[in-house]
Amino acid sequence: MSSLAVRKARPAAGTTPGTAQGPPLRRRVALLPTLTLLLGAVYCLLPVAWVVIAATKSGRELFSTFTFLPGTGFADNVSDLSAYRDGVYWQWMGNSALYAGLGALLSTVVSAFSGYALATYRFRGRETLFNVLLAGVLMPPVILAVPQYLLLAEADLTDSYLSVLLPQILSPYGVYLARIYAAAAVPADVVEAGRMDGASEWRIFTRIALPMMVPGMVTVFLFQFVAVWNNFLLPYIMLSDDEKFPITLGLHTLLEQGANTPALYTLVITGAFLAVLPLVALFLVVQRFWSLDLLSGAVKS
Amino acid sequence: MTGTTARRRPYGVKGAPYAFLLPATVLFLLFFALPIGYAVWLSFRKVEVSGLGLGSGARKEVWAGLENYTDALTDSELLDGALRVLGYGCIVVPVMLGLALLFALMLDSEKVRFTPVTRLAIFLPYAIPGVVAALLWGFLYLPDVSPFYFVLDRLGLPQPDLLDGGPLYLALSNIAVWGGTGFNMIVIYTSLQSIPAEVYEAAKLDGATPLQIALRIKIPMVAPSLVLTFFFSIIATLQVFSEPTTLKPLTNSVSTTWSPLMKVYQDAFGKGDIHAAAAQAAIIALATLVLSFGFLRAANRRSKQEAAR
Repeated sequence: MSSLAVRKARPAAGTTPGTAQGPPLRRRVALLPTLTLLLGAVYCLLPVAWVVIAATKSGRELFSTFTFLPGTGFADNVSDLSAYRDGVYWQWMGNSALYAGLGALLSTVVSAFSGYALATYRFRGRETLFNVLLAGVLMPPVILAVPQYLLLAEADLTDSYLSVLLPQILSPYGVYLARIYAAAAVPADVVEAGRMDGASEWRIFTRIALPMMVPGMVTVFLFQFVAVWNNFLLPYIMLSDDEKFPITLGLHTLLEQGANTPALYTLVITGAFLAVLPLVALFLVVQRFWSLDLLSGAVKS
Repeated sequence: MTGTTARRRPYGVKGAPYAFLLPATVLFLLFFALPIGYAVWLSFRKVEVSGLGLGSGARKEVWAGLENYTDALTDSELLDGALRVLGYGCIVVPVMLGLALLFALMLDSEKVRFTPVTRLAIFLPYAIPGVVAALLWGFLYLPDVSPFYFVLDRLGLPQPDLLDGGPLYLALSNIAVWGGTGFNMIVIYTSLQSIPAEVYEAAKLDGATPLQIALRIKIPMVAPSLVLTFFFSIIATLQVFSEPTTLKPLTNSVSTTWSPLMKVYQDAFGKGDIHAAAAQAAIIALATLVLSFGFLRAANRRSKQEAAR
């Protein structure tokens, strides 16, 4: 299972028998591709570098000093942000962690159940059920979110933690990945051997299949975590009490209030910087475990 | 896939897959099927107000037939929004996937340096929420704080307003391209990696240049993942919502109905006309499905023709 750090051994150039040995120049770095990639990396890092530096500037420095010159106000900015409306910013961060963490965990469990069932059993209606679940991925979020809001309003559940959490548990994409992964990782004869030993279906799943599926489920968890953390539309529609806002929605309201008062710019910028940190840190730590080739369905069984 | 052992199964096994699929099915019914059905139902209804609209019996819901749909299709705000998003999509999808393909090919070519770092850097924006991405770029577009304007100013060059008129499309497109290129690059790169090295050997023996190998062998072989990324990019682009909503406070040029989804939101929660909003949402969903699946069919037909040649 390769990951982001995937590497493939290719025969070194010039070693193929029968070809002429290339000139010494061929061993050098390929300049054009390397430069293209470096340019791409600069483009992608530019806004991140900007926010890192801008977050260190005091309000005055933000408008007076050169953009990429670090300022002196980072500690003040953070304490200003923490003081903003009695620390509501950290409440937003905590909410996002709750929505994304718990939501992704539940989503992974549901995906694992479904993926395992779809991959290892043959039963009536299997493909129909799978296709119907998958079709959910094609539904524009708004055609779901508006009636979801109205239905949850009937149940008196809007503007609650549940209203953001519940609609995001079922992830068609997660079910799809889990099915592919379970089909590749759980051999049929192992399941059958479990049955021969008289184990119940539930026991076979929890004791035998689930441990085999762990790497794939980590991927599902991470995808769902990112999806929920980054979601804006659903909480935007569901919530009105800003104590329950996730960070995306919180920053949006902060920007709305701050756009006309440049004094609030530093708060927005510092808030954006701190909001980016957890996901970037998560990525740097776990990128080795990501099996992104799952995306293209390229699982080697 | 098992299935071959079905004949020997004990009775208790039969119910197991259904039990495992129960949570997903219940969630699907509650949060997908029911809302969709409800939205379609609402789209065929309307509120009729009698008299001054006061009192309990003054507002009642009645059957509207296709009225909401004809209203939506003749609503200039919705149509303008659709045109804006089509223009935006015509920039975003080709540029984003073009760059993703270019970077993937570069990562896959020989003797390239710094690939682990550059690959991670280009993928990094995927981890950044759309709202935060729009916010970061929004500040980079603001003359007061942007390094671009600083440089333009020093060089004595004209300073365009990036948040108005034509440049606004580029400004918004740039945010989407920035956020989406890395993810698509990884998808394409992964499928490049699965091409066995022997495939290139023959071409190399024939003296093909890296460019020829890329154009004649690599791109055709990753065509399926290109089609897939195109398909999902079309869907995501037509539903653009959070980026223009985030830029809105920074400029007067982004209206509350800039994209069709923003119009739906505005009608549902700004005006409180859920029936019109439901009809519009249904039309957008239908248009998305027609465009994305139309593309998929066209791509399939083409690849069949290629195969036949």
